[in-house]
Amino acid sequence: MSTDSRTGPAPSPTGPLSKIDYTERIPNNVNLAGDRRLQRALEAWQPKFLDWWTTLGPALPTKDVYLRTAIAVGRDGWAHFDHVPMEEYRWGIFLAERDTERTISFGKHKGEPAWQEIPGEHRADLMRLIVVQGDTEPASVEQQRILGNTAPSIYDLRNLFQVNVEEGRHLWAMVYLLQAYFGREGREEAEQLLKRNSGDLDAPRILGAFNEETTDWLQFFMFTYFTDRDGKYQLGTLKESAFDPLARTCEFMLKEEAHHMFVGTTGVQRTVERTAQVMKEIREKGGTADAATVLQHGAIPLDVIQKYLNFQFSVSMDLFGSEQSTNAGNYYSSGLKGRWQEARRKDDHVLLDDTRTMNYVEDGEIRQKEVPMLSALNLDLRDEYAADCANGVRRWNQELEDAELEERLALPHEGFNRKVGVYAHHHLSPEGEVLDDATWERRVGDWLPSPEDRQAVASLMVPEYEYGKFAGWIAPPKTGINDQPVEFDYVHLAEEGVA
Amino acid sequence: MTEVDFDTHPKRYRHWRLDVDGEVATVSLAVDEHGGLVPGYDLKMNSYDLGVDIELYDAVQRLRFQHPEVKAVVMTGGLDRMFCAGANIRMLAQSSHAWKVNFCKFTNETRNGIEDATDHSGQTWLAAVNGTAAGGGYELALACEEIVLVDDGSSTVSLPEVPLLGVLPGTGGLTRVVDKRHVRKDRADLFATKAEGYRGDTAVQWGLVDATVPKRDWDEEIGRRAHQAAARSTRSGSRGVELTPLGRTVDGDTLRYPFVTATLDRDARRVDVTVEGPTDAPPADAAGVLAQGVDYWPFAVTRALDDLVLRLRTNEPLLGTWVVRTHGDTDLVLAYDAQLADLAGDWFVNEVHHYYKRTVKRLDVTSRSLIAVIEPGSCFTGLLLELALACDRQYMLEGVYEDVDPAADPATITLTASNDGAFPMGNGLSRLASRFWGHDDDLEGARKLLGERLDAHAAEEAGLVTMALDDIDFEDEIRIVLEERASLSPDALTGMEANHRFVGPETVETKIFGRLTAWQNWIFVRPNASGPDGALRRYGSGQRGDYDYKRV
Repeated sequence: MSTDSRTGPAPSPTGPLSKIDYTERIPNNVNLAGDRRLQRALEAWQPKFLDWWTTLGPALPTKDVYLRTAIAVGRDGWAHFDHVPMEEYRWGIFLAERDTERTISFGKHKGEPAWQEIPGEHRADLMRLIVVQGDTEPASVEQQRILGNTAPSIYDLRNLFQVNVEEGRHLWAMVYLLQAYFGREGREEAEQLLKRNSGDLDAPRILGAFNEETTDWLQFFMFTYFTDRDGKYQLGTLKESAFDPLARTCEFMLKEEAHHMFVGTTGVQRTVERTAQVMKEIREKGGTADAATVLQHGAIPLDVIQKYLNFQFSVSMDLFGSEQSTNAGNYYSSGLKGRWQEARRKDDHVLLDDTRTMNYVEDGEIRQKEVPMLSALNLDLRDEYAADCANGVRRWNQELEDAELEERLALPHEGFNRKVGVYAHHHLSPEGEVLDDATWERRVGDWLPSPEDRQAVASLMVPEYEYGKFAGWIAPPKTGINDQPVEFDYVHLAEEGVA
Repeated sequence: MTEVDFDTHPKRYRHWRLDVDGEVATVSLAVDEHGGLVPGYDLKMNSYDLGVDIELYDAVQRLRFQHPEVKAVVMTGGLDRMFCAGANIRMLAQSSHAWKVNFCKFTNETRNGIEDATDHSGQTWLAAVNGTAAGGGYELALACEEIVLVDDGSSTVSLPEVPLLGVLPGTGGLTRVVDKRHVRKDRADLFATKAEGYRGDTAVQWGLVDATVPKRDWDEEIGRRAHQAAARSTRSGSRGVELTPLGRTVDGDTLRYPFVTATLDRDARRVDVTVEGPTDAPPADAAGVLAQGVDYWPFAVTRALDDLVLRLRTNEPLLGTWVVRTHGDTDLVLAYDAQLADLAGDWFVNEVHHYYKRTVKRLDVTSRSLIAVIEPGSCFTGLLLELALACDRQYMLEGVYEDVDPAADPATITLTASNDGAFPMGNGLSRLASRFWGHDDDLEGARKLLGERLDAHAAEEAGLVTMALDDIDFEDEIRIVLEERASLSPDALTGMEANHRFVGPETVETKIFGRLTAWQNWIFVRPNASGPDGALRRYGSGQRGDYDYKRV
């Protein structure tokens, strides 16, 4: 690993370290050198992956980018920073350290040793779970590939690329599991992960939200905040899996997800900060801080931010699937997929006799019913997720409060704009009021971004490639990445990229 | 559960007597009432259980192999005015569902074997029904080529299962009445619902029996018919092959026979079966083959497989997956395979051939998942390839196990004429034709490959294996496949496999093992038969069955 005078050496890892063979083309802690099957599989797959990255990865040409590369799984080893050309980014394979004592913590196999191999009984289900998870990782790269052209700063551009390469690595992680544990079928599925493309009419990505266009940076931030957070929660349930390699893979991926959350949280926060600042200035000058005026001042109107929020939250809620799901119950009972923070739950971790309440819509109102807990595990996870989402909104509102504004952002009701589950065939307002079709049609433009809203946001999306400068619609961050200054040269654009 | 042994000998028979008189043999049923295989019932009125049928199977086999001189076999009753009352009802009533089903399967196979002797050994079976033949008793007679019923004013043939027991005559009765004896369906309907059955004249008129003969002419007429049948026979040979006890050893969970080993893995609910190829070249001629007798490799393999299949089916119902491998020299297998065809005119080789055919048919109707694993060192060639083709799936290693024996020769399989009709399934088709049912091009393509050694790639290309995988994937794939299989519903698997295995035309056999058996097995689990108030349970209590009259 090279270092240079500007960046200084990487921090010394302080946690437990795995031995990693740097000489490998594929950094790993899975004994790739000693595993003939994996070598063959991955070496065949890697060129296809690089090909995919070149074709569908970030479109903006760059020389190199200040990126974090996982080089070890210890506490600090996974966060090594350096300027690297993106195509030379070392997509490695890392699993969290194995706990040889680990036992299964839930379901019918509770208390048995965790599985180091796939039990044949669960091959199909496990493969499905991994494929669905794996499918989302490259999808977001595809969705975001042209965003570099309108980056509000070099700092943000770097964050985008960091998210992109890590999504690529997460794809690697899932592909590793498919190749290492699922034989020929696994290899075929791994190839399919590269053949499906976001938004492709013939071969779209599996989940709906990953076929939506990422039109602009506000949506990118919303995506990383809300949709990547779904990924975090899904990984959290797979981290509990009885299949130990999957659990360890996901545990390590979760560390990287934290950065994606950070990009989303602070990205929206800085957007809101800038908007609040502009609104405050307008009002201090005696003006009306309405949408059009805010827009004229080069910031994104607060109600447009709210609409983006409404949209991204609702489509991300759909990713959790139906509230009641036989599959989810089976996955849990079989030990394939646990609950968020399974170890901290104070119950029997088997759930055969437990129930919970669930909302549903009947006769124009929201009612509640008792359902078996095992049938409602998707809902359990979604509730955890929604509660987490609310934290960020509070943080964003702090910016409004600091600017002494009355306006606030809010999460819409769980039933708002839903296409999946009990709310799917009903219209609910963001406040949770059940609406008839006509009312919905009349009001929907107030709640979800219209093409005009997106157009307005797009008009503000002009690239700012000068180090330390930021586009007018977003506030600079308080600090840079890895203790570097905000104006640090995080990205060196290729010559043609600057022009 | 009682461990059932299929080894017996005429000297140890408790229920049958086997008399050979020149070219005619007589098997007489005189069931020892107290000779039930398991406690809990008396075998009254010449009724039978599995133990009785194991002796019958032994007699059928011995007649074929030990008695080349026998060209007609008379089956008759050894009790006064009672030919056979069929399967013992108390035995059925107390048996588990699995036991009943396995019992019916074995008895069906034995009756098919009797027909096979008539059709392929020049050993014609005649039923001398010298007393009442009820239910399974009449079904025994139906397996014979001719049925003669004594005309004594009282003896009848009957199928009383429906009216008395609320179940079916499940050992081929319904099927053979209409399909083999061509009894008109309305008469068959009358017959199968009239508990006491029909006496001579009606029985002859409807085709239920061929003739009815008074007692005074009985022996002469039976003898005349037996000698007439014998005169038609082309069976030749003077010295038989004594069916000596199988050299079977049981070592914990390993069963060893000459050329066949089975390892029982109870945790995985699986049996690994390995069939060894021959160690020496075949004998030069038919005389040499006969001289080897039970040690003749194809015969030894067949006897071992037959016994293994029967034992596993009866004694190991939890072991739901059988993995079949072979090991040996392909050239030697080819030599034996060719010899079976070349010496087909020899009575003994002919018997071996048909015995192997019947044994692989047992696999076809076995309610276990069958998986063939084809690796370096295997010899799935000709007749042994039939074992793989009988399996539900075939996995073949492409190349060799690099970490174990990189210098080994990759596995090949070889189709021969044996795979092209010599060993038909119950549906009358070869396993190859069944495999490519509806794909005549593929069948023709495979036929063009006869005699060629096909490596994994070629075998996969020809559609002869399910999957060809290299060593990197192979072991793990097999492990996962077997675990996956073991996790599925055994009932659904049995039904699924039975449906997939038998494509194409229906025959008496496929109807018996498909339609008749499936209906019977459904009826067996219904409360109308097996519930506390069901007809089967109440039989003999003085009360009739109490039915739920809703049609399903």
